[in-house]
Amino acid sequence: MKTEAIITMVLAQGIIISMASYFFYKVLTMPPKEEPDSYSENDDEPR
Amino acid sequence: MSQKVESWGSRVGLILAMAGNAVGLGNFLRFPVQAVQNGGGAFIIPYLVCFLIMGIPLLFIEWSSGRFGGKFGNHSTPYILDTMAKGRIWKYIGVFGIFTNVAVVSYYCYIESWTMSYVYHSLVGTFSGMGQGEVAQFFSDYTTIGKSTTGIPYEAVIFYLICLAINTYILSKGLGGIEKVAKIGMPLLILFGVILAVRGLTLGTSGASEAFPEGNAWDGLNFLWTPQFDSLTNPKVWMAAAGQIFFTLSVGMGTIHCYAAYLKSRDDIALNAVSAGFMNEFVEVVLGSLVVIPIAAGYLGLDWVIENAGFGMAFQTMPYLFQQWGPVLAAIAGLLWFGLLFFAGITSSLAMGTPWVGFMRDEFNWNQTKSAWSFGLLALIMGLPTVFFYNMGVFDEYDYWAGTVSLVVFALLETIVFSWIFGVNKGWAEINEGADIKIPNIYKFIIKYITPTMLLLVFLGAVFTPLNNDWAGNISSLFSGNGWALDNSSIINQLSFTGIKEQIAAATDANEIKNLEDKKFYISIARFMLLGLFLFISGIVYVAFQKRRREGRATA
Repeated sequence: MKTEAIITMVLAQGIIISMASYFFYKVLTMPPKEEPDSYSENDDEPR
Repeated sequence: MSQKVESWGSRVGLILAMAGNAVGLGNFLRFPVQAVQNGGGAFIIPYLVCFLIMGIPLLFIEWSSGRFGGKFGNHSTPYILDTMAKGRIWKYIGVFGIFTNVAVVSYYCYIESWTMSYVYHSLVGTFSGMGQGEVAQFFSDYTTIGKSTTGIPYEAVIFYLICLAINTYILSKGLGGIEKVAKIGMPLLILFGVILAVRGLTLGTSGASEAFPEGNAWDGLNFLWTPQFDSLTNPKVWMAAAGQIFFTLSVGMGTIHCYAAYLKSRDDIALNAVSAGFMNEFVEVVLGSLVVIPIAAGYLGLDWVIENAGFGMAFQTMPYLFQQWGPVLAAIAGLLWFGLLFFAGITSSLAMGTPWVGFMRDEFNWNQTKSAWSFGLLALIMGLPTVFFYNMGVFDEYDYWAGTVSLVVFALLETIVFSWIFGVNKGWAEINEGADIKIPNIYKFIIKYITPTMLLLVFLGAVFTPLNNDWAGNISSLFSGNGWALDNSSIINQLSFTGIKEQIAAATDANEIKNLEDKKFYISIARFMLLGLFLFISGIVYVAFQKRRREGRATA
């Protein structure tokens, strides 16, 4: 592959992968809001 | 009042369902073709700019509008818009948010049924030993309803019915069913995509053959990613990037509003929206660019790809390419590829069912099962003509008016409602309520001015598409007094049948003329069906309004 194509591909995909991972990681690690929230799976968890 | 309100099981489930709604076949088939046709690697620059100034703001608008409407017990766009703006008209603008979904799902399920059928054919080895032309012919035979490729009569219709029934059944299980499919489908889709992308990245020149000695996957990647910076000054490239962002995020449909309407005010929508949006971008930019183009260039050469790049490659070319890997790997690759497309399709088509279901539950107290099966029936009535008359242009006509024009019109109108009628200050407060991230203040300005302007440009671009999509040439032609030549894909020329009339005028063979006349007739029928559907849903919204008025619940 040409160097400029590799740079463009790695840069574009790197930015997208980083942003997608960062936001999804934040979703996973964000403490849940107090009940009652919008989600039913954690309804039985201690508040 | 309405039935017991449903809820999402978990936050991750909601984000996967939202991402699944956005991820569709276009991520793998439309994006790489758009990039190839619009400046290669440089296309990513306008594409990402449009994502930031049009895509993300539209996601914020739709998530927050949905959650706002949900506070008042509304789970579909007619009454979501009604709660945001005074005046009777807005609920009828909201009809787009149901109409588009019914119309699109009716033909989208047909594509989805092809992926199901092709999984079956890949596993039983139907494509084994077929040449490239034979694989392409197989697709033509399959969509010619009278011909059977398995011995099952009307198999395309049967696969369509099975696919629609699966969708309707899952829909009848409510948000829980949709969430389960998203939690299984999205990880599998990403896994299948990664496996195929690794193959695309590592194929190199090993796919070259006597028939196609120039086969080289690197050529495909070079072509896709080498930046042609001069393309950045071409308005055509910017229009293409805006269009791609628009369609890939599934905005302007009413599905995002519906999913978000089941959220409570205290729960975040800002982080959820960007997380689902970037997940879609990951599938599109990372996986979508590493499968079709490099694998096709690896076996057939770059020249072939440039000449044939398009939607049809998924079904007419990929099965042939997989055969080059031997019978076992071909079956596995077929399962991965068409399985991936199936999951991309079903997570989107399920989302399309929810606005109708939400509306019938809210307004007429129908239960989930009755609402879901009535949706299936409506989709079937609308969809059968696309199956039986696929080759007569009915499918493309639905895709143009419902899957393209309708989205742009609704997105433009909802953005105006949100920014200028509901008011950007109230809207901004709504977006930030319960937010888990700090949204830069610049987005308030973007939502008020930039996004509506971009959408207006996209809409005007669709109405007045210049001949051959040559924006630069037509703009200079206009300023030099030579007028603006319209392309046949423009809304104006589509409305007046200009393209098919030109074909009829140019045809000399009597059979060809008759065939074109027949096609024009079927296209007219398709338009009447779409118009009838819009009026039918408007009528139901009117009946719901009368019911609300009798019950003292009408807002205007």
